[in-house]
Amino acid sequence: MKPISRIMIAVAALSLLVLLFVPIWRIDLQAPQYPEGLYLQIFADRFAGDVEKINGLNHYIGMGHIHDDMFPEFAVLPKLLMALAALGVLAALWGKRWALFMGLVTLSLFGLWALWDMYRWGYEYGHNLDPRAAIKVEDMTYQPPLIGHKQLLNFDAWSTPDIGGWVLFGVMALLIGVYIMEIRFNPHK
Amino acid sequence: MKRPLLLTGTASGVIACAFVLLNSLPGCRPSGTTKSVVTGDAASKVYVKPGTHDEFYNLVSGGFSGQLAVYGLPSGRLLREVPVFSVDPETGYGYSEETKGMLTTSHGFIPWDDSHHPELSQTDGIPDGKWCFINGNNTPRIALIDLGTFRTNSIIEIPNSAGNHSSPFTTGNSEYVVAGTRFSVPMGDDASRDVPIKTYKENFKGNVSFIHPEPETGKMSIAFQVITPGMNFDLSHTGKGVSEGWFFFSCYNTEQAYSLLEVNASQRDKDFIMAVNWKLAEQLAKDGKGKRVPGKHHSNWWNEKTHSSETTVYEDVLQLDPKDHPGLVYFMPCPKSPHGCDVDPTGKYIVGSGKLAALIPVFSFEKIQKAIAGNEVEGDFAGIPVLKYESVLHGEVKKPGLGPLHTEFDANGNAYTSFFVSSEIVKWNVEKLEVVDRVPTYYSIGHLCVPGGDSKKPWGKYVIAYNKITKDRYLPTGPELTQSAQLYSIDGDKMELLLDFPTTGEPHYAQAIPAELVKPREVKFFKIEENEHPFAAKGEKDTKIERRGKEVHVWMTTIRSHFAPDNIEGVKLGDEVYFHITNLEQDWDVPHGFAIKGAANAELLLMPGETQTLKWVPTRVGVTPMYCTDFCSALHQEMQGYVRVSPANSNVPLTALTVSVDAEL
Repeated sequence: MKPISRIMIAVAALSLLVLLFVPIWRIDLQAPQYPEGLYLQIFADRFAGDVEKINGLNHYIGMGHIHDDMFPEFAVLPKLLMALAALGVLAALWGKRWALFMGLVTLSLFGLWALWDMYRWGYEYGHNLDPRAAIKVEDMTYQPPLIGHKQLLNFDAWSTPDIGGWVLFGVMALLIGVYIMEIRFNPHK
Repeated sequence: MKRPLLLTGTASGVIACAFVLLNSLPGCRPSGTTKSVVTGDAASKVYVKPGTHDEFYNLVSGGFSGQLAVYGLPSGRLLREVPVFSVDPETGYGYSEETKGMLTTSHGFIPWDDSHHPELSQTDGIPDGKWCFINGNNTPRIALIDLGTFRTNSIIEIPNSAGNHSSPFTTGNSEYVVAGTRFSVPMGDDASRDVPIKTYKENFKGNVSFIHPEPETGKMSIAFQVITPGMNFDLSHTGKGVSEGWFFFSCYNTEQAYSLLEVNASQRDKDFIMAVNWKLAEQLAKDGKGKRVPGKHHSNWWNEKTHSSETTVYEDVLQLDPKDHPGLVYFMPCPKSPHGCDVDPTGKYIVGSGKLAALIPVFSFEKIQKAIAGNEVEGDFAGIPVLKYESVLHGEVKKPGLGPLHTEFDANGNAYTSFFVSSEIVKWNVEKLEVVDRVPTYYSIGHLCVPGGDSKKPWGKYVIAYNKITKDRYLPTGPELTQSAQLYSIDGDKMELLLDFPTTGEPHYAQAIPAELVKPREVKFFKIEENEHPFAAKGEKDTKIERRGKEVHVWMTTIRSHFAPDNIEGVKLGDEVYFHITNLEQDWDVPHGFAIKGAANAELLLMPGETQTLKWVPTRVGVTPMYCTDFCSALHQEMQGYVRVSPANSNVPLTALTVSVDAEL
C-alpha cells in the first residue's frame, strides 16, 4: 500500500482509542413535565447522565433498575477497543491490502455486535417488566429505539450516536475510503 | 392651577343644580372616584407570555405578615412568600426542631414580627443579587435572605433598640447594614433602665447600629453602635460616589416628646437629617475607642450543611459616643418630621422628605463638607453640632405636592417622590429642582421603588407604588381588603399607569433587580452527600428507630412515593416522637411533605436532600396515620404510613418497618 494509506490506517486505528474517553451513544427523553429533558449516555465502561432519575421513573412501569455492574460488556469493551486499535496499527505497519480488508471486516463485525447487544438489552429492559409495577398499560412495552425516535407513554425517546459513535463511523468511512483509493490508484498492491 | 379650576367648576355646578332642580343631570354631583384611564397598549407592556419569565424580581416587604414576598415584574405575579420573622406552618419554618432557633431572641422565642424594608446587598454600590436584608420592626431584628435559596439565612437581634424602623440599609459593598432605633429608650443595667418616662431628656438615648454580615456565610454581628440624644429615627441611606463613607439618617421628634407625639412631636419647624462618618466610626472602633456596654442579643444562622440553625448569644455591644469623637456625627435641619432620606445615584445630593412639609429639601454633600470645614453651625443638639440649613442646602422643590414620603431615582437625573397625602408620584429634576410630571396613585402611596433606584445604577424602566389604601380598586372581601401595588412606566416623558396588582401583608418598601442577576444563583436541590445533619438517613439502609428514655427517634426517608419506615410500633403514651426525615430525592422540584394526625405544631415540607425534624406527642392509644402533603408523583396518594401507639405500661417492642408484598406472601 502507499505510505499515505498506511498513515491513514494508523490514524484511524489510534482514533479508536478516543472511544475509551468519550460517550459512544446517548438516549434523550423528553416529557411535558421534563422540559429540560433527561438523558442517558453510554461510555465504553459505564453509564452517565440522569441514570438515577430515569431509574426513579422506570420503577413505576416495572422496568429493571439500571446500574453499571449489571453489564459485563463494560469490563470487556475497553479491552476490545484497545485490541482493535492494536490490530489496526499492526495492519498499517504490515502494509498488506488484505490486512486492511480483514480490519474492515473485523470492525464491521464489532459494530454489528455492538448494535445487536444494545438491541438485546433494550428488548430485555423493555419487555421484562415487574408484574407488581404500579402502572400497567395493556400491550405496552418500553423497548427504547435502537436508533431514532419512539414515543413511550408520556415520553419522547431519541437514540443517537454520541461523540464516540461518530468517531467510530468516521473510522470506518476513512478505512473504506483508503481501501477504495488503494484499489483504484494502486492496482499493484 | 388645577385646583382653582376644579373649585370654580364645582361651584358653578352647584348653582346650576339649584336652578334646574334635576338630580339626575350628569355633572351635577361628584361622579365618584376618578378612575385612571389606562391607554390601549398598557396590557401588552405587562403581558408575560405563559412559560416565559418576568424581567425583574420585585422583593416586597410583608409588613404585618413579617415575611418577604417575591413578585415578577412587569406581570405583578406573586412567585413566593419567604418565611422570615413569622412562623410558617406550611413549610414547618419556626416549628421544626431545626428552624425554631432562627426565631429565638433575648426575649425567648418570638414567632412574628412586622417587616418593613427590604434592601439588596450591593457590590460597588450596585445591587448584586446575592442577598436581601429586611428589618423586623417590633422585636428589633435584621434578617438576611439568601437569594440562591430564597430562604432566611440569618437573623440578628439589635440590643438597646426599640422599634427597628430605620433599617436595614446597606453600605456600597455591604460591609454594614444599619439599624436606627425608632424609639429612644433608657439603656444600661436594670437600675438605669427603670426610670420615670418623663425623664426622657436625661435618660433616654437613641442609637444607630452598624451590623457586619460575613461575606462568605452571611452570619451577622454588630460591629458598633453610635449613641445619640433621645429622639426617633425613621429611615436612612448610605452615601455613594462623592459621599462614600457617610451615612444619612432622618430623625423626628427632636422635640423629645414622650406622650401624644402626634401633636407634641410636630411642633418644630425642622427636625434633622443626621450625617454619620461611618469610615471614621469604623476606624474608632478598630482603635479601641468605643466602650462595651450591656446589650444581650442573639445572632441566629442557618447552616445549610446540617440543615439546622446555630445561635450565638452576645452579652454586650461596642458603643461610640459622638460627644467624645468630634467629626463623627452632624445634624442638618430638615423640615417637618422627615421620613425618606435618599441619596441620588451620584451621591452628590441627599433628599429629605418631611412628611408634613409642602416642599422637598435637597442637601448638597459638597456644601455639607464646606459647612463642616468652615464651622457653619447654628448651634448644637445635646452636644452634637447642627449645621446651618442654608449652608448645606442645594435647594428646595417648591410646591411639589403634600406629604412627601420617599424618593428614588432614575439614571437620567430625575427623582420620583411619593406623596401620601396628595396620593401621587411626582417626578422632578434633581439638578434643576423642577417638577417634570405627576401621576395619581390609588390610594395614598407609601414607599415607591425604581429598579436599582436607591443605588449607583438605577435600571429604571418602571416606578412601582406601594399603596396604603385600596378601597374600591378590587373585588371587595369584607371589611379587610387586599393590599396593592401599582406599576408605572417611566420610559417616556410622561409616567404611565400600566398595572394594579394585589400584594400579601402590607407592602412597605421594596427592591427590584434584573432577573438575570439572580437566576444563575438558584440552588435546585441540596446534595445528599453533603448533608451533615446528625440524624440524616442518606439512604433507606440508614433508617432506624431508637428509644432514649421517653424520647423515640425515627430516622426516616422519603422518595417517590413512600416513607421508610412506614409502619412504626412500640410508641407509648407519654413518649415524645421525633421524626427526623430526609428527602432522598436528587432532582429539582421534588419536595415531599410530612403530616401526622393530631400534630400540635405543623407539617414539614422537605426539599430534595434536606433533613428536618418534627416532634410529635401522641395523645391517645391507637393507630395514627401519617402521609405526604406535597403531590409528589402519580402515586402520591399512596405515600402514607401508620404509627401504633400503645398504653404507657405496654410491652410492644419498638419496631420500624417497611413491608413489601413479597414479605407478606
